[in-house]
Amino acid sequence: MTDNKLIDLVNITKSYGDNIVLDELNLYIRENEFLTLLGPSGCGKTTTLRIIGGFENPDQGQVIFEGKDITKMAPNERQLNTVFQKYALFNHLSIAENIAFGLKIKKKSKVYIDDKIKYALKLVNLDGFENRMPDSLSGGQQQRIAIARAIVNEPKVLLLDEPLGALDLKLRQDMQYELIRLKNELGITFIYVTHDQEEALTMSDTIVVMNQGYIQQIGTPEDIYNEPQNAFVADFIGESNILPSIMIEDKLVNILGTNFACVDTGFGRNKPVDVVIRPEDIDLVKPDEGTIKGVVTSLLFKGVHYEMEVSAHGHDWLVHSTDLAAVGSEVGILVDPFDIQIMNKPESEDEEAVELEM
Amino acid sequence: MKISNVLNTKAPKATIKKSGMSSLGIRNTRWLSFPYILWMVGFIIIPLIVILYYGMTTNDKQFTLENISSILNPINLRALLFALRLSLISTVICLILAYPLAMILNKSKMKSNSFIVMIIILPMWMNFLLRTIAWQNILERTGIINTVLKFFNLPMLNIINTPSAIVLGMVYNFLPFMVLPIYNVLIKIDKDIVNAARDLGANSRQTLFKIILPLSLPGVISGITMVFVPSLTTFVISNILGGSKIVLIGNVIEQQFRIGNWHTGSGLSLVLMIFILISMAILSKYDKESEGSNLW
Repeated sequence: MTDNKLIDLVNITKSYGDNIVLDELNLYIRENEFLTLLGPSGCGKTTTLRIIGGFENPDQGQVIFEGKDITKMAPNERQLNTVFQKYALFNHLSIAENIAFGLKIKKKSKVYIDDKIKYALKLVNLDGFENRMPDSLSGGQQQRIAIARAIVNEPKVLLLDEPLGALDLKLRQDMQYELIRLKNELGITFIYVTHDQEEALTMSDTIVVMNQGYIQQIGTPEDIYNEPQNAFVADFIGESNILPSIMIEDKLVNILGTNFACVDTGFGRNKPVDVVIRPEDIDLVKPDEGTIKGVVTSLLFKGVHYEMEVSAHGHDWLVHSTDLAAVGSEVGILVDPFDIQIMNKPESEDEEAVELEM
Repeated sequence: MKISNVLNTKAPKATIKKSGMSSLGIRNTRWLSFPYILWMVGFIIIPLIVILYYGMTTNDKQFTLENISSILNPINLRALLFALRLSLISTVICLILAYPLAMILNKSKMKSNSFIVMIIILPMWMNFLLRTIAWQNILERTGIINTVLKFFNLPMLNIINTPSAIVLGMVYNFLPFMVLPIYNVLIKIDKDIVNAARDLGANSRQTLFKIILPLSLPGVISGITMVFVPSLTTFVISNILGGSKIVLIGNVIEQQFRIGNWHTGSGLSLVLMIFILISMAILSKYDKESEGSNLW
């Protein structure tokens, strides 16, 4: 990943009728970056991708590609290729003809095309599939052909619109590794759209969390997970305890009536804030050793860990731990200062969908 | 030759099978097909056998091929070739008119779509004979068009009782049968398939010829079948709009039956049936090829 801006979206606004899908969105994508647009359905992530691909025109704003305004350019003139959610393979053409489609239009020589087909099929681990028809392939294979069909054109950017959405869990995980490998081998920019936070955390260099047409937070997977900037991000990425609190002073926060040490500064004195504590960051200890006491109210075995709910100070704390505490037992809750993440409280709904620059 | 070819409805087959299997069980539902079998035997198989019998016998119930070979009689042969020519022309005109219309319908995502489709179907709710007679009135020497032309002192239009009038009648009557199957196939093409073609560098013309046209072939073939076959066999349109001078094979057969010569009429019908079977076989071969991809 370099620091060169490859694509710059400037003040993009798009609405369908009265429904504003994107509101003055600003975002840039760097060369060789794996950038993921993450958000719930209807957050505008697919629309953003389709505007970059040229399948939708923004009502306002510009799409800048390598310094040139391509807002009005037709999809076939853009130097990027798309992998569609439902593969969108040409069912009347063989696998080889599907992959060759873009190259034939560019009037490449037959030798070049044949070489490219071989190379692309090898890259997606489907050697020897040249003469098969698309509908004789499984979903995962079809998706890999769709990727092969896109990358033979040597695009500078590959757009992927929830490409793994239609696959089952195991295949999805395998394909995540495949995509990371592909990205490394090809050395091109990936813009990836998904609503699956795990997919986003696994693959991305940069995650853009979106909601209701606004960008909520931009950052590395670690930033997004460990330091969510607002309650939406905290809630959407992984599981979390979001607790209304008061920032007493720098490095001291009052959560549900008890003071906890933390590491955040600069929020002012006696300011209402939201605190995010990840369930796996809570340590359950003997009642007297904890900062606060609580009673275990539910216990579920989740495979890797136990999921417990602890009722303490009028709040149900979600706890993930490999040690189990029986239902009804009294426990102490201990949280390390750096595991307490402080966020400003949204003052209005508008501010909750706060727009952030990177 | 399959009926599904013509109506382009393959999905219901699967659903019927499924519901039969799951809810009632095959054994219990088998008797439901009885009325249809009775219908097919009584109104399709037996009449076919009767036509076959009449077509291959003389008045004295002797076996003969003369009824069939009477197609080689110059008058009959000319009528057949002329009918083939007119129905081919009509089919081509229908295709040229229907495909863009179906594409426009498919492109416009408006709610008015179903309204436009209804407008196309609407004339079909009125009697076929009435509509054709209406055309006769419009085209006549003293008809509406000529009255208007005369009012403006323009030259008269004399197309009644010409082949053009017959083609006009065929196109008018059978156009909906071309539009609907093509439209039905077009709306089923995923928009992202078109987007994918554009994404891979195809301009709109290349997308049309390399992607949309090949994918819509099954609809085109259904449409061609549904226009060509009735055009080839019609005698009503040629009677009303073609006058007595233009004789199509349909008219020849009708006249034979009318004068009581069932044997020659049946023999010629058999020949016509063979022509239709051949053309359907050619078409369904193309359909099969695209069926290999199982898109529909």
